[in-house]
Amino acid sequence: MITASGLMDIAIVFAFVALALGQILCMVRVVLGPTTGDRILALDTMVINALGLVVVLGIHQGVQIYFEVSLLIAMLGFVSTVALARFILRGDIIE
Amino acid sequence: MSLFFIVALPFFGALLPGLMNAAGRAACAGVTFTVSLAAFIGLLTNLPSVLAGEVVMARVDWIPSLGLNFTLMLDGLGFFFALLILGIGLLIIAYARHYLSRDDNMGEFFTYLLLFQGAMVGIVLSDNVLLLLIFWELTSLSSFLLIGYWKHLPEGRQGARMALAVTGMGGLAMIGGMLILGQIAGSYDLSVILKNRDLIQADPLYVPALILILLGCFTKSAQFPFHFWLPHAMAAPTPVSAYLHSATMVKAGIFLMARMWPVLSGTPEWFTVVTTAGLATMVLGAVIALFKHDLKALLAFSTVSHLGLITMLLGTGTAFGAMAAMFHILNHATFKAALFMSAGIVDHEAHTRDIRRLGGLRRLMPVTFVIATLAALSMAGIPFLNGFLSKEMMLEEATHTVLFGVPWLVPALATFGSLFSAAYCFRLIGHVYLGPVRDDYPAKPHDPGSGLWLPPAILVVPVVAIGIAPFLAEPFVKLVTASVLGGEADVPKAYFKIWHGLVPALFLSVAAVVGGLLLMAVFNPLLRLWETTPRPEAKVIFEAIVEAAAWLSGKLIASLHNGAFTRYAAIGSVAIVAAGFHAWSTGTIALPTRTPQAAGPVPIAGWLMLVAATCGLVFLHRNRLLSLILIGIVGLMVSIGFVFFSAPDLAMTQFTVEVVTIILLLLALNFLPKRTPVESTVLRRVRDVGVAVAGGLATFALAYHYLLRDAVAPPISEFHLANSYKGGGGTNVVNVILVDFRGFDTYGEIIVLGIAALLIYALTETLLSGRVRARLLNRKPDQPQAGDMHPMMMVVLTRVIMPVVLMVGFYIFLRGHNEPGGGFIAGLIVSIAVVMQYMASGFAWASARLKYPYHGVIGAGVLIAGLTGIGSWFVSKPFLTSDFTYVRIPPFQEFELATAALFDLGVFLAVVGAVMLSLESFSRLARRENMPESEHPMDIDPSRDDPPPDEAGSAREAV
Repeated sequence: MITASGLMDIAIVFAFVALALGQILCMVRVVLGPTTGDRILALDTMVINALGLVVVLGIHQGVQIYFEVSLLIAMLGFVSTVALARFILRGDIIE
Repeated sequence: MSLFFIVALPFFGALLPGLMNAAGRAACAGVTFTVSLAAFIGLLTNLPSVLAGEVVMARVDWIPSLGLNFTLMLDGLGFFFALLILGIGLLIIAYARHYLSRDDNMGEFFTYLLLFQGAMVGIVLSDNVLLLLIFWELTSLSSFLLIGYWKHLPEGRQGARMALAVTGMGGLAMIGGMLILGQIAGSYDLSVILKNRDLIQADPLYVPALILILLGCFTKSAQFPFHFWLPHAMAAPTPVSAYLHSATMVKAGIFLMARMWPVLSGTPEWFTVVTTAGLATMVLGAVIALFKHDLKALLAFSTVSHLGLITMLLGTGTAFGAMAAMFHILNHATFKAALFMSAGIVDHEAHTRDIRRLGGLRRLMPVTFVIATLAALSMAGIPFLNGFLSKEMMLEEATHTVLFGVPWLVPALATFGSLFSAAYCFRLIGHVYLGPVRDDYPAKPHDPGSGLWLPPAILVVPVVAIGIAPFLAEPFVKLVTASVLGGEADVPKAYFKIWHGLVPALFLSVAAVVGGLLLMAVFNPLLRLWETTPRPEAKVIFEAIVEAAAWLSGKLIASLHNGAFTRYAAIGSVAIVAAGFHAWSTGTIALPTRTPQAAGPVPIAGWLMLVAATCGLVFLHRNRLLSLILIGIVGLMVSIGFVFFSAPDLAMTQFTVEVVTIILLLLALNFLPKRTPVESTVLRRVRDVGVAVAGGLATFALAYHYLLRDAVAPPISEFHLANSYKGGGGTNVVNVILVDFRGFDTYGEIIVLGIAALLIYALTETLLSGRVRARLLNRKPDQPQAGDMHPMMMVVLTRVIMPVVLMVGFYIFLRGHNEPGGGFIAGLIVSIAVVMQYMASGFAWASARLKYPYHGVIGAGVLIAGLTGIGSWFVSKPFLTSDFTYVRIPPFQEFELATAALFDLGVFLAVVGAVMLSLESFSRLARRENMPESEHPMDIDPSRDDPPPDEAGSAREAV
């Protein structure tokens, strides 16, 4: 019989492993490429995975303040992706 | 009037001429004159107490722990010099009003003049040697400004630089000497030092102190071998030459020798050095002066010669010598200032100062002729003029002085100098004023208005009055002498009179005058002889020395500081690793007190990615864009690591800094090649790899060792944790450290940050206004450009998210004192929100909506932080003491108000301003010619009525 908290632990471990695997696969994509666009997308996905990691870490350790870190990542994480994308598309990121 | 006012008046008054500049020349000179007059009258109010033999004192403690107090003292000597400075200053101001032309900036001139006057009065009234040194340096600086006043003349600039170099060097030496003196006497107060003659002269450091102080005096008073700067300083306007280089500044060195006379004089070292230097200067100056064709150069060298005379008199170390020196200072100041002013009049009217082009001015400028002749005859030592009296006293003293054991040496050289002195005076009168009237003057000379001739005429009055009735000056000179002697010797009984009987000095005097006349008779052959004799040119030597010093420094710097970062990093790393290795191999290492924690799969995954990204960076770093992406991964992993180790503050900061860095680097990368070329040799790269691996391993070893052990001493973090809420009113220790415990550091850091941003701005502005501008504007994109410039999706997204981001930033700012956050993170968040708008809608669109320039934002931030710090002064607390209280405004809950929050606001503004200014400067560089400047936020907008500029748009992209 699995208790609710036990189920939660299993879920958290599963989420951790899944996210970590995702990160490693993104890393493989960064290495393989083949285009710069692929690499930027991989970085963007890594930001989202990192966001997930922070949330799961917060649930696991029971610390509320981590959610604000994830809020910041969610809110601003796309900016570097956009900047990199603008750079390969237009060269100049502020036109 | 209090002595403070006398010193402070010229300094505060120096603000006025600049302000009055617009009101006209008369107003400008008038206000300067009034300021000087007020100080002069203030000085005179102290005359009764000085005459009564009292010493007027005024004292304010400035930095007592350093022995530096603002102590002023007015005795006979100080009064005498202050009288000369302020009295002649008044005449010079009146003269300069008429001398300066309409093209000259009069406000600037009088500002410098008043600064100089204040500094000079400060020197002669200081009772603290450190204070005296400050004023001493101030005279060097203000005289630099005055000599170089005519900035368009290269001679002026070179002369000013030379004067500053020589007198500044002497000033440096003097600081050393004064410090030694203060150490010996145990006090930096002059009145204490002057009472410790025996203690100082017995000290083994007496000779070094004497040499250092004399270096300062000799450079300032243009004594041999430092005499060469004075003639070059004559490139200054004539009022400056008359004021600084005859009456006041060059006498500062002599003043100091007189001031220090009671403690320094009387020893063989003093006698030999000072008398020899004075005698050499006197003879050399007189000989060179005779053969100078420039009227002011002649006067400059004659000044050098007379300063030498005074120095020699002080060097003899006898009371009579000191009295003669004081008397000659008075006489020289009167006749030489008058002579300079008359030379200025000749220059002003005839448009030349070349003696060979002048002559016969007696008929054309009778008033000037009378003034100049009386002054020159006094300088030559003709009876019934004041110069005769002091010169005879000098010769009298010379006959009693035995230098190097040769009794005839000093009298002979003194007479020789006087002979040349008489000769150049006769040449001045004969070749400028006498002789036939010529018809080839550059301008038709005539007597000037009274504004120009009245000041020298006033100076000639005492020349004649003292000359005829010496007893007028006698009590005053004896009073001054008494304060020079300072009780170390009695004031001589000798009376001042014209006829002393048939004494040796009279014969020497007659010999000098007759010899001078004879020299004039054979002047032309002598001149030819002089011009064919080779002699060293001081300016060339000086320039060569400066060149050599600059070359040497350049060599030193080039070998130590060649600009290669790799070299500094290598030297630094190797040194640190070596020091660490030494400590590790010689010290003791405690046993581990902690056990390593087990690592789960997730941290290991994160760690593996960090390692992989770093290794990838090492191998792929030549592809610059790729390395940026990899840096992004590293930053992300480090942020996650901070969260994992429970440091959300650091994670937030790291993440936002990461975003800003990527944007900044991408902006810069736009101008750089996309690949880093291979520049260093294989050998060098192998060396660098070795250094890097050693440094990395050492860091790892240190961290590993440290993590397993407790700190040797209790770390300060305990104190921070204990006092954060109690003392700083915040529960977020990181923030309390930043804004309270280490608030002063943070204040310095935001200033540095602001300066860095301003430098980026200045550099890019320089590029844009320089020759690179055309290249930047005509730059072609180095890759095909795709898509929209300002895509609608991005515009809409950034607009929607902007208020959310701003609110989060505001929240994090307010919460910072007690929970993770604070001004720094909030500043970064808000900057990112604004940068998003720049990226979405373009530079032009965003700049047009900018209300406050970023420079102002930086300044406001630093100012707010600084004012918060100053605020604690008003409650008698040290700078940046913070305070907090709790308030309750219904309907809100009770909340805390801390002054630290205001300081944090300053940090916030400085960060926003600095980040935005640097980003904006970089993107300003990317402006190109023919870039479409759209008023619209996005290129394609369905809500707009006008059709999308499809054709124009595609034509644009083809460029």
